[in-house]
Amino acid sequence: MSNIVIDKSKCKACYLCMKECPKNLIKISDDTNNLGNRVVEFQDPNGECLGCAMCATRCPDLAITEVYRG
Amino acid sequence: MATQVFKIPDSFKKDAKYTFCPGCDHGVAVRLVGECLSELGLTENTIAACSIGCSVTIYDFLNVDSLEAPHGRALAEATGIKRACPDKFVFTYQGDGDFASIGLAESMHAALRGEKISAICINNTTYGMTGGQLGPTTLLGQVTTTSPTGRNLEYYGYPIKIAEHIALCDGTAFSARVSLDSVPNIRKAKQAIKKAFEVQMKGLGFGFVEILSSCPTNWRMTPEKAHERVRDEMMQIFKPGIYKDITKDFSNEN
Amino acid sequence: MTATITDKRVLMKGNYAIANAAVLAGCQCYFGYPITPQSEIGEFMSGKMQELGRAYVSAESELAAINMTIGACSTGVKAMTSSSSCAVSLMQEGLSYATSDQLPVVLVSVMRGGPGLGNIYPSQGDYFQATRGGGNGDYKLIVLAPSTVQECADLTYKAFYLAQKYRNPTVLLADGLLGQMMEPVEFKEYPYPEIDNSQWKLSGAKGRDARIIRSYAPLADNQCVFLEKLFEKYRTIEENETEWEEIGTEDADIVLVSFGSTSRNVKTAAKICRQNGMKVGVLRPITLFPFPTKRLQELSQKVKMFISVEVNMGQMVQDVRLAVNGKVPVELIHKGVGTPPSPEEIVKQIEELI
Repeated sequence: MSNIVIDKSKCKACYLCMKECPKNLIKISDDTNNLGNRVVEFQDPNGECLGCAMCATRCPDLAITEVYRG
Repeated sequence: MATQVFKIPDSFKKDAKYTFCPGCDHGVAVRLVGECLSELGLTENTIAACSIGCSVTIYDFLNVDSLEAPHGRALAEATGIKRACPDKFVFTYQGDGDFASIGLAESMHAALRGEKISAICINNTTYGMTGGQLGPTTLLGQVTTTSPTGRNLEYYGYPIKIAEHIALCDGTAFSARVSLDSVPNIRKAKQAIKKAFEVQMKGLGFGFVEILSSCPTNWRMTPEKAHERVRDEMMQIFKPGIYKDITKDFSNEN
Repeated sequence: MTATITDKRVLMKGNYAIANAAVLAGCQCYFGYPITPQSEIGEFMSGKMQELGRAYVSAESELAAINMTIGACSTGVKAMTSSSSCAVSLMQEGLSYATSDQLPVVLVSVMRGGPGLGNIYPSQGDYFQATRGGGNGDYKLIVLAPSTVQECADLTYKAFYLAQKYRNPTVLLADGLLGQMMEPVEFKEYPYPEIDNSQWKLSGAKGRDARIIRSYAPLADNQCVFLEKLFEKYRTIEENETEWEEIGTEDADIVLVSFGSTSRNVKTAAKICRQNGMKVGVLRPITLFPFPTKRLQELSQKVKMFISVEVNMGQMVQDVRLAVNGKVPVELIHKGVGTPPSPEEIVKQIEELI
C-alpha cells in the first residue's frame, strides 16, 4: 500500500502539497508545530494514495520525508 | 511490498531544517542539487563555493565541504578550488544578483575559460535577503522596494537573460533555463542540473542552470500565487529551454 | 627564465626573484592581472607554472584574482597573487574575507605612486593600505618589507611560511624600485617546515563531517568570540615574528627609522653622519606588522630623537610616534613619490632638524 511520511516539525504551512495530491489526501490538521505553523497531515482511510510523490517533489521544506509506492 | 520512491538524499546533513521562508523555491532547488549529488555519487568528493544572499545557507543543509565567497565572487573562488584540485567536483549555488549583477564578470569569464565547474543560479527577479529590491532580472513593470512604481526603461533599463548569455560563451558545455513552478517542471529542472554536473564530470566545460523560482515573501504573494506569477510572467520573458548542450554534438558523432 | 636552486649568485630583477622564490617555495597556483611595476611576476609565472604543470589563471580582474587565490588556499595548497597599489585596492574585500576565513593567502604588493592611478614611480604610499588594510572589520595582515633583491627572495619564502603557520593573509610589500632593479641573488632551498593543514582544508567530506570555511557569523556573541581569538593570534604573531635590523643604535642620539628600498640610502646617510661626528643609528623594520613597537619603546629611553624616512607623505611615522608615545621628538623626512631621497639629501635634512 502506498503512503507518505510527514515530518511535522519541518512543515511551514505553505500548503503547496495539498494542491498537488491528485486524491486530496493531505489536509490541514489541528496540530501546531513548534514553529507555530498549522501543519498538514496525511489521511488515507481508503488506501487511495498512488505513491506518485508529487507532494514530496513540491514540498519546499523537506517535510515530506518518505514516499512508498506499492 | 511497497518500494520507496522518495527519500531525503544522503547528501543532506542529518535532520537538516531549512531556514527559508514558507513556500520558498530555494528549498526545492537545494533538494534537487542534493539529489543529483547523491545519485551521481559526488557528495564526498565535492567542494562547493557558496554565495551571498539566501543562497549562502546551502552549506547549512548539504553535507559537502563549502567555502563562502564574497558577494559575486563564487565563480572566482570555484575557479581557484578547481584549478588547485582538478579531481574534485566543484559547484556554485548563487542568486541572480550574485551571479548576473555584482558577479557578472566572474560568471562570464568562468564560462569563457571553460572552467570545469557547474553553476546553479536561482532567478527570482529580486534581492530576497535584503528585502525585495530591484535586481538584474527584475521584470519590466515589476514593483520592488527600489522600483516603487515598477521597473521602467528610463530609470532601470532591461533585465538580463542569463542562460542565453552564458550559452554564447564558447567555454560553456551546457546552459539551460528551468522553472520550479510545477511538479513536471521540477522534474525537468533536476534533469538539467544533472546534465550540468555531468559535463563537468566528463571534463567538457562549464555547466550552467538558471532556475526560475518564486519569492513569495518579497513578492507579497501566497506560495501558490507566486508560482502562477512564475508561469504567467517570468516564463513569458525568461523562456525555459536548453540553450546549449555540446553533448548533443558528441552523440551525433558517435 | 627558469627556477633554479643554485649556490651561484645570479643577477636578477626583484620581480623575477619574487616569482622564482615563490615557485621554489612550492606555490602551486598563481592568479593575477597585469599592472606596472609588477607585471614580470605574472609573466614569469605564466610560463613557469605551465611548465611545471601547476595552475596559472590570467584573471579577469584583481577582484577575481584575490578570490581565486582564496579558493585555491581553501584546499590547502600554497597559492599567491600579485599586484600594485590602485589594483591592490580592488583586493581589499578579498583580504578582509581571507582574514576572517583564516586562509594563508600570499599577496605580493609592489608599490607605485598614488592616490588614484598615480604613476608608475616607486613609492611607499601603501604602508597604510598594507598595515591597516582597506577592507572592513577588525583584522591585520602580516606584512614583510624587503630592501634588497636577495630579501625579495628570502622574504617570499617567509611569506609563504608565516601565512601557512598562522593561517593569515601575508603581504610581501615591495616597491617599483625593488621590483625593477637587478641585483645579485642566491636561491636556497625553501628553508621552512611544511605546516600540517589536514585538519581544516577542504578536500571533500569523505569519512568525516563537512567543513565550512565561512565568515558569516549571524550572532553577535559568536563574532565577539571569534574576534578575541583572532586578536590573540595577532598577539602571538607580535611576540614571535617581529623582525627588524639595527645598525649603530647602541650609542645613538638619533635613530633613523626606515623600511624597504628607502632604508638603503638611509643606511648610507647614517654612515656619513657618523663620519661627521653625529651619533646616528638605523632601525629598519622588516616586518611592518608586527611592528617593532617594543624595541622602539626601549630605544626611546636613551635616544634623543627618532626620524622616520619614507617615500610617502608620512605614514610609518605614525607607528613610530605611537611606539615612542611622546617620550622624545619623532620627526619625518620624506618625499611624496619616486626614488628615495639621496643620502646627502637625508643628511642635510637631519642637520636642519637638529
